[in-house]
Amino acid sequence: MSANNEIDYGTPISASKTQITLEIDGHKVTVNAGSSVMRAAAEAGIKIPKLCATDSLDPFGSCRMCLVQIDGARGYPASCTTPVAEGMKVHTQNEKLAKLRKGIAELYISDHPLDCLTCSANGNCELQDTVGEVGLREVRYGFEGENHLDAEQDNSNPYFSFDPSKCIVCSRCVRACEETQGTFALTIGGRGFESHVSPGQDQAFMDSECVSCGACVQACPTATLMEKAVIDHGMPEHSTITTCAYCGVGCSFKAEMKGEQLIRMVPDKNGQANHGHSCVKGRFAFGYATHKDRITTPMIREKISDAWREVSWEEALQFAADRLKQIQTKYGKYSIGGITSSRCTNEETYLVQKLIRAGFGNNNVDTCARVCHSPTGYGLKNTFGESSGTQTFDSVMESDVIMVIGANPTDGHPVFGSMMKRRLRQGAKLIIVDPRSIDLVSNSPHVKADYHLKLRPGTNVAVVTALAHVIVTEGLADEKFALERCDVESFTKWKTFVSLPQNSPEAVAEITGVDAETLRAAARLYATGGNGSIYYGLGVTEHSQGSTTVIGIANLAMATGNIGREGVGVNPLRGQNNVQGSCDMGSFPHEFVGYRHVSDTATRNQFESAWGVSLESEPGLRIPNMFAAAIDGTFKGLYVQGEDIAQSDPDIQHVHHALRALECLIVQDLFLNETAKFAHVFLPGSSFLEKNGTFTNAERRISPVRKVMTPLAGKEDWQVTQDLSNALGYPMNYSHPSEIMAEIAELTPQFAGVTYEKIDELGSIQWPCNDENPNGTPIMHADEFVRGKGRFMLTEYIPTQERTNSKYPLILTTGRILSQYNVGAQTRRTENIAWHNEDRLEIHAHDAEVLGIADGDWVGVKSRTGETVMHAVITDRMQPGVVYTTFHFPHSGANVITTDNSDWATNCPEYKVTAVHVAKVAQPSEWQQQYRSFSDNQQSLLDNRITAVE
Amino acid sequence: MDKSNLIKMANDIGSFFKSEPDRELAIQGVEQHIRHFWEPRMRKEIIEYLNNGGTDLLDIVAEAVKKLA
Repeated sequence: MSANNEIDYGTPISASKTQITLEIDGHKVTVNAGSSVMRAAAEAGIKIPKLCATDSLDPFGSCRMCLVQIDGARGYPASCTTPVAEGMKVHTQNEKLAKLRKGIAELYISDHPLDCLTCSANGNCELQDTVGEVGLREVRYGFEGENHLDAEQDNSNPYFSFDPSKCIVCSRCVRACEETQGTFALTIGGRGFESHVSPGQDQAFMDSECVSCGACVQACPTATLMEKAVIDHGMPEHSTITTCAYCGVGCSFKAEMKGEQLIRMVPDKNGQANHGHSCVKGRFAFGYATHKDRITTPMIREKISDAWREVSWEEALQFAADRLKQIQTKYGKYSIGGITSSRCTNEETYLVQKLIRAGFGNNNVDTCARVCHSPTGYGLKNTFGESSGTQTFDSVMESDVIMVIGANPTDGHPVFGSMMKRRLRQGAKLIIVDPRSIDLVSNSPHVKADYHLKLRPGTNVAVVTALAHVIVTEGLADEKFALERCDVESFTKWKTFVSLPQNSPEAVAEITGVDAETLRAAARLYATGGNGSIYYGLGVTEHSQGSTTVIGIANLAMATGNIGREGVGVNPLRGQNNVQGSCDMGSFPHEFVGYRHVSDTATRNQFESAWGVSLESEPGLRIPNMFAAAIDGTFKGLYVQGEDIAQSDPDIQHVHHALRALECLIVQDLFLNETAKFAHVFLPGSSFLEKNGTFTNAERRISPVRKVMTPLAGKEDWQVTQDLSNALGYPMNYSHPSEIMAEIAELTPQFAGVTYEKIDELGSIQWPCNDENPNGTPIMHADEFVRGKGRFMLTEYIPTQERTNSKYPLILTTGRILSQYNVGAQTRRTENIAWHNEDRLEIHAHDAEVLGIADGDWVGVKSRTGETVMHAVITDRMQPGVVYTTFHFPHSGANVITTDNSDWATNCPEYKVTAVHVAKVAQPSEWQQQYRSFSDNQQSLLDNRITAVE
Repeated sequence: MDKSNLIKMANDIGSFFKSEPDRELAIQGVEQHIRHFWEPRMRKEIIEYLNNGGTDLLDIVAEAVKKLA
C-alpha cells in the first residue's frame, strides 16, 4: 500500500527535455516528451481511473481501467501505455468510457471479498477508490460462482501478510520485485482464472527468494499485501519525512504515525538517495526504538561490580562531570577522551567533539569510522584532496563498467544495490574483486559478473597495482586527462612504478590467486569500456594496507580519466548511516570540522575565537591508542556516545581489559549494550525518531532527521551532551540543532551554505555547499581536484603479518548480512532475527570435508588471539582456505578472534584477514562461557537496579 | 604504552614510504605521518626507545624518529 495522501502519477516521469503540448478534456497540457497520457493528465490534475499502473513502475496496460478516447485514434487505448503526442486531443470521461470501466470494475468485484468496512486497507484502497470513481452500484454476476475468496493467507513474513483472496492480479507486486528491487522472487503462476501471485515456486514468502524489501507491499493497490502493523493498528493519520538510521545509503522515509505511535515507514518517492525504495531494515525493522530493553532513566554506580542506581539527569550528569574532573586532577588533562558515533546526527557528533576539544581541553576524540572507513579519508584526501566519495548514487545509471571491490551492495547497501542491478540489467559490465562469491557475481537474476577476481584476502594492493600495470603497459591510460588534471611528476613516477615486472598480473598471480589473463581482461574493460566507476567497501579498508588500496583505486580512476563526471568516480560505500557525517564533523583526533589539521594555526584560531577557549595543537589519541593508554594507566576516563566498542572492535579481550582499567566510563545509548556493561554512568539515548538533526550519507548528502515522537528519556542526545558540558563548566546554550548547524556552517567551508531552511527547501544537500555551489555539489572534482592537481601515489604490496601456517591454516574474513546491522543492537531487537538469529561460519565443502565438518556442526574457530564457537554453514560462496563470519551477535565473539593488526596509516583494524584453525567441538569456548557469565551478571545488576525515588 | 606495538606501527608506516625511490622523501614522509597522527605521548615513547638504543625500527623510520626528537 502506497504512502497515505500521496499523488500517484501512474507512470514514471520522463527525463526528456523536449516539451509536448496536448489537450486533455479541453485543457492545454504541456509535459515532457515520452510521458504517458495518464501521467500528463495527472500532472494537469485530471485523474484517470487505474489499477495496474503506479508511478514507480513501467506501464503494463493490463487492467484496462485507464482507457481513454483520442481524437483520430481507433478504439480505446490504455492511457498508461500511450505516449503523448503534439496536438493530441484526449477525452478521459464520456458515456462510453464510463460503461467500459464499470464493466471492468464489475468483473473485478465479482471475485473480491466485500468486507471493505473491516478491511485493513479501508480508506486507502485503490480498488475501493476506483470502483467508487466509476460508480459501480451492482454486480450482475453474483458471488456464487467459482472464486478465490477462500484462498489461504500467507502470514509467514513477520512484517506483512499476503491475502490472495483480495488479489486482483494486477502484477504490480511482481513488477516491483523485478523493476524496483531486482530480486524476481514473485511471478504470476497459472493461466486465466488460475492466475495468481506466486512467491518462488508457489512457496510461502519466507521460503522464497523474497528479501522482504517491501516494494511489493508498497505497490499493492489492495489489502492483498499489507503491513501487519496496519492490520493491527489501523491506518496512520499523519506523516513526517525523515531519514533512515541504518546504512550509508541514507534513504528518505515518510514516518507514518498515529499520534506518537509509529505505524509504518514508507520510503519517500521524492527521496534523492532512494527514490521510493527501501530494504527490510529501513522499512520494517524499527521496533527496537520502543523495545522493552530501552533504558530511559539515567544510572550510576561506583564500580562495575555494583548494582546500577537510577538517578535524576542532574545527578547523573554531575556524577559524570565530577568523576572526569577528578581524573584530570589526578592523572592530567590528557587522561580522558570520548568517542562519537556514526549512528548519531551531525549536530550530535559535532557537539561531542566540541565538548572534548573545548571542555576536556584535549584532542582525545575519535569515532567508529576508525574501524571502518578511516582509510578512505586518508587515501582520498591525499590523492584527490577531499575525504569523500565523488558521485551521486544516481551516477551509476550512467556507468558502462562497474567495478565492485570488497563490497557487497545487495546485503550492505541494498537500496543502492537494487539501483546497481537495474543498471546491470540494462547492459553495464561488471567486475567483482572479492574473495567471496557475493550475490552480484552470479546469484542475482539477470546479473552476472563479467569478471570475478576471486583474490586471496589481504592481496588487494597487489591486484589493484596489477590492474594499473596492465593499463599503463598496454597503453590504455588516459594520458591527456592525467597530464592536464594531475601532478605530472607524480604520474610519471607512478607509471614507472606500476610498470615494474613485479607488478604484472603474471608476477602476482601466485600471491593473489587471480588468473593473470582474467585480471588483464578486467583491466582492459575498466580502462576502455566507457564510463568506469569503482564502488568499494570495508573489504578494501579493513586491511593492514587499507589506505594503500584506497590510494590505488584513486590512481586507477585518475589514470583512466574516470573522474569528474556522471557515470564514473570513486565511491566508498559507507557502512553506517552517518559515517561520512561523523568524519566531516571533526571526530578524528587530528583534525577539526572540515578535515583541517589541529596544528594549522589559522584554523585553530578560528575555532578558539568561536569557542572562547585555547585549543590544543597536537593530535589526540585514536581509539586503539586509547585502549593501549588505558592498559598503560595513563588514560582513565571515556565518554562513549552511541557506540559499542566492546563488541565491534577487534581483539575484544584486549578491549575489555582496557575498559576494565578505566575509572570512569560514561555510555550514552538506547540499551545496556556490551560497552555499557563496563560503565559507571549510563545516560539514556534517544532514537532517530526522537530527535532533530541531519545525517550525511555516502554521497555527501545531508538529509533531515525529524523528531516524530517525544524522547522516551526526556532528552534528545545533543541536549545530554550539552548538559554534560555545562556540568563540566564549559557552557553550551543551544536551543535547537539548527543553531548547532549554523555554527558548523560558520566554521566549515564545505558547509558554509547549509541551513535547515535550505535542507527543507531542497529536500537534501550534497556538500560542498557554499557561494560557488549554493545548492550543493553532486559530482566532485569536475573541473579540477579539490587539491588542485590530482596526486598519484606509489602502492607497493606489503603482505600482512597475519600469516597462515600449519597451526592456523585457514583465513577468516568477516562481514555483514542483509537482515542485521553492525553490532545488531537494533536489528537483534526486531523480527529480523527470523532471517538471521546467530553468526555462523561459512566454509567451503573441501575444507569441511578435510576437517570432518558437516553443515550445522558446532565448530571452534581459534586464532592467535582467541577462540570462539559457532555453527558451520557449508557453501560454495567461499574459496577453499577461506572462512567467513558476521559479527552481529555479542556472544558469537567474532572479534575474540580478530587481531590487533591494523592499517599502517589510520590504525583501521584488519578485520578481513585472521589466520585460524577450525575444528568440530561440543561446547562453547572458554571465552564464551566466561563472557556469558559476566554478561548475565551485568544483566542481573541492571534488573536489580535501585530504582529512582519519586 | 606497549613498545612493541608502537614499533610495529612505526615500521608499518615505514613500509609504505620505503617504496619512495628518494630516500630523503621517504624519511620525510614517515616523519610527517607520525607528527601528523601520533599523540605526543606516543611520539615521546618511540623517541625514548630509539634514544635508549632500540634497534628494531626500519632504517628510514629510525631516521624519521631522530628528526622528531
